[in-house]
Amino acid sequence: MAHKRLFKVAAVGALAALLATACGGSSSGGGGTSTQAEPPKLAALQSLGTGEGQVNILAWAGYAENGSTDPKVDWVTPFEQATGCKANVQVANTSDEMFEKMGAGQFDVVSASGDSSLRMIYAGKVAPVNTSLLTNYADIPAWQETQQWNSVNGVAYGIPHGWGAQLLAYRTDVAKPAPDSWSVAYDANTPYKGKVTVYDSPTDGLAMAAVYLMATQPDLGIKNPYALDQKQFDAAVKLATDQKALAGSYWSAYTDAQKALESGSTVVGSTWQIIVNLAKADKAPVESVLPKEGATGWADTWMIDAKSPHPNCAYLWMNHITSPPVQAQVAEWFGEAPANTKACDLTTDKTHCDTFHAKDEAYFKQIWFWSTPQSGCLDGRTDTTCVPYSEWTKAWSSLRNS
Amino acid sequence: MSAHTETSEVRPVTLTGRVSDAMSRRPRLRLAGLLGLPMLWLVLVYFAALFALLITSFYSVDEFTNAVVRTFTTQNFVDVFTDPAYLKATLRTVGIAASVTVICIGLALPMAFFMAKVASRRWRNLLVALVITPLWAAYLVKVYAWQAMVQPETGVIAWMLKPFGLSGPGYGTTAVVLTLSYLWLPYMILPIYAGLERLPDSLLDAAGDLGARSGRTVRTVVLPLIYPSIVAGSIFTFSLSLGDYITVQIVGGKTQMLGNIVYQNYTTNLPFAATIALIPVAIMVVYLAAVRRTGALENL
Amino acid sequence: MNLSRPARWGLGTAAAVVLAFVYVPLAVVLVNSFNASKVFAWPPKEFTTHWWKQVIGNPGIREAVLTSFEVGVVATLIALVLGTLLSFALARYTFFGQQTLSLLVVLPIALPGIVTALAFRTAFRSVLGVELSMWTVAVSHATFCIVVVYNNVIARLRRTGTSPQEASMDLGADSFLTFRLVTFPLLRGAMLGGALLAFGLSFDEIVVTLFTAPPGVITVPIWIFQNLFRPNQAPVVNVVAAILVVLSVIPIYFSQKLSGDAGHAGGRL
Repeated sequence: MAHKRLFKVAAVGALAALLATACGGSSSGGGGTSTQAEPPKLAALQSLGTGEGQVNILAWAGYAENGSTDPKVDWVTPFEQATGCKANVQVANTSDEMFEKMGAGQFDVVSASGDSSLRMIYAGKVAPVNTSLLTNYADIPAWQETQQWNSVNGVAYGIPHGWGAQLLAYRTDVAKPAPDSWSVAYDANTPYKGKVTVYDSPTDGLAMAAVYLMATQPDLGIKNPYALDQKQFDAAVKLATDQKALAGSYWSAYTDAQKALESGSTVVGSTWQIIVNLAKADKAPVESVLPKEGATGWADTWMIDAKSPHPNCAYLWMNHITSPPVQAQVAEWFGEAPANTKACDLTTDKTHCDTFHAKDEAYFKQIWFWSTPQSGCLDGRTDTTCVPYSEWTKAWSSLRNS
Repeated sequence: MSAHTETSEVRPVTLTGRVSDAMSRRPRLRLAGLLGLPMLWLVLVYFAALFALLITSFYSVDEFTNAVVRTFTTQNFVDVFTDPAYLKATLRTVGIAASVTVICIGLALPMAFFMAKVASRRWRNLLVALVITPLWAAYLVKVYAWQAMVQPETGVIAWMLKPFGLSGPGYGTTAVVLTLSYLWLPYMILPIYAGLERLPDSLLDAAGDLGARSGRTVRTVVLPLIYPSIVAGSIFTFSLSLGDYITVQIVGGKTQMLGNIVYQNYTTNLPFAATIALIPVAIMVVYLAAVRRTGALENL
Repeated sequence: MNLSRPARWGLGTAAAVVLAFVYVPLAVVLVNSFNASKVFAWPPKEFTTHWWKQVIGNPGIREAVLTSFEVGVVATLIALVLGTLLSFALARYTFFGQQTLSLLVVLPIALPGIVTALAFRTAFRSVLGVELSMWTVAVSHATFCIVVVYNNVIARLRRTGTSPQEASMDLGADSFLTFRLVTFPLLRGAMLGGALLAFGLSFDEIVVTLFTAPPGVITVPIWIFQNLFRPNQAPVVNVVAAILVVLSVIPIYFSQKLSGDAGHAGGRL
């Protein structure tokens, strides 16, 4: 009897295993080797036709507002009315989420940050863009286009949306004097122990630690927080692990970060300007600052899915979102520098672009925009290998559970 | 089962009649007909899927594209077993699941007992309805309600305790245990109640007649008899807590459970996530096999 | 059972405490649905019916309820058929692997949600190459609803025994007629009870749904999930929950009546 039962279970198991291995699998790639040499050959759209009536947008919170957050904040409905493309907007909380959701044709466009955009390109999830079809491409400063994170061999894979830095948020009623350094979030003697918040992302969490180490432990020789050899990586992980004792929460949904700041359970921590703006709108005493050690940041690019079912509407959206009036709206709502500098004349706050250094190339080059760490060091070192991204996520999981 | 009488002269003429006739002469065919569809479904849809996922734990990822590389390797297992953080996470998760189960049992027993044995028939139906109703207030809403309750300084609990000079639990493991106990409580109450309902009053009266007082009766007669029901309830509270990752994110503060690790890694390192996912699967399979003997599976 | 008065009072108090524990958070939800604060600050300083007005006029939630309903119906139907077939097989026959099968059928619901969710997602997208759609959601739901129906029906089958069927066949009816006129009426209650429970499970399911639904398919739990992340929308969720709780009284009452007497299988199943 036991034999027969065992046999049956084994048979089921063997059958399933056979199924699993036999039915190859598409997204579980073709045994992808590190195809850093060439991304898959994909064609860009040749010409712009009529809209297909729909477009599926995967965006960061605040990038594609359709009036549901605030009826007065809406640049999606005008788009729908002008082009006839009904827009389904879905908000993604992290770059990993975006990476996972693209490539299957479920979405048409994504506002990808640098730590997912290059991976998407090499994984064949996004197609190159035909810049001649993008009406606003020429108005965007060259130092944002065809960058390391959104192009390969000079081929552009998207149109820049905007950029900004991770900021340090603080409660003005508790954090006195107003902080200007990340030490309030990393130093073991910080007065805000237990009330620090950290953005729950392996890339940002560890790179931010590395940025802090660049200032506090220069003998480690970190030149680029995304190019860390094993020794530098271990130091960053140690700092992030020690930070755990100071942290009260790790946020990924921006509304949670907002709630925490408003209720006071967070006093200082990593944030986006939009969170601070929303908290201030609720009359909470919150401010933000770009600390003196510098910061990580994000330069987002709108990219089109390789299997986009609505390519025409996708291009129409990309043209719409990069047009000066819309750029002005987004930039002010979210709190970032618009990619299209023509928007600077259209913002309601005339100093917006100055505050966010939108035209300042030197400032732009100072921010450590999210990138994907690879074993071929991003800072150009050839005498050593750097720790690749999959190790970063594992290290982050490990330190979150230690 | 088939008890066709000896009316072999009367052969069925309709199609359904002939099929029915053929089937009753061949019990194995009937069985195959009955089992075929469900088995096909379960095996092909669910188990193949499960297996495909778990097999992935033996693969690795392309570091750059995060695509799964199908070369056999045990590196993931090595990583999981050598890093003490994962052992900690496992112990923490099991600890939370166990605490939740114990708390649920503690709350459910008196409630179910009251409902089954003390309350009048009229009240009984009302009480059951009251216990089931919260199941329809969506999971997320209940978790956020608890977030509103445990929020440090501005939460409901903090507000209630302030006059006493105490502060609430805040976010953390305590909040997680409280919230999870709250969420799964109906799943513990109902099987125990069903078990108690099935318990004939005559047994309890007999025990009383033999001289046992209430406490003794409960200990020696009731508890052993409803033990399978308790275990049945525990299967749910335990497994639901073991895999939960949403509640932890909302009220857990810095706390992490195994589900969170799987969630964080499944996009960038699916094989590693699959390896971690094996841990709660293994725990549950062992648990289920162990409780099968108690007959709990029939009491679900 | 003869319980002493103190024991009865003790139990009564315990029951009251448990009920309070169960309903206080729900009361918080109800109060917060009128709370003017967008971040659920407590105690509420201002009250408003703004959120209720928002929900009444909201097309999104209506669509979500419709989608949830459709998914639930499909999943329940599949689960009904498969669960009933399975319970017949396991109640009426003995064959090797029986014990294992009854264990295996519990797995979809006993294994952690994220594992089931991930397994399905990997299976649909990578192994089968199928695009996610409302059907993938329904299929996933059906799989763990099978055991709900199975448990209810098999309990009833074991109680009714085989004599009615045998008698019917002795009287000349073939299997199909027997099923239609004899077996089915006996099982109807259990099947309906199981179906209602399965529907409830599918309606409230979040984890598996999140992983198996494409962007266009929004069930009620997903709608709630998305709205909780919209900074100025979060409180509408409280309204929806309050409405759901109130509306659910009807199906609960019915399921009680149907499965109450013949000894229902309690618990999650």
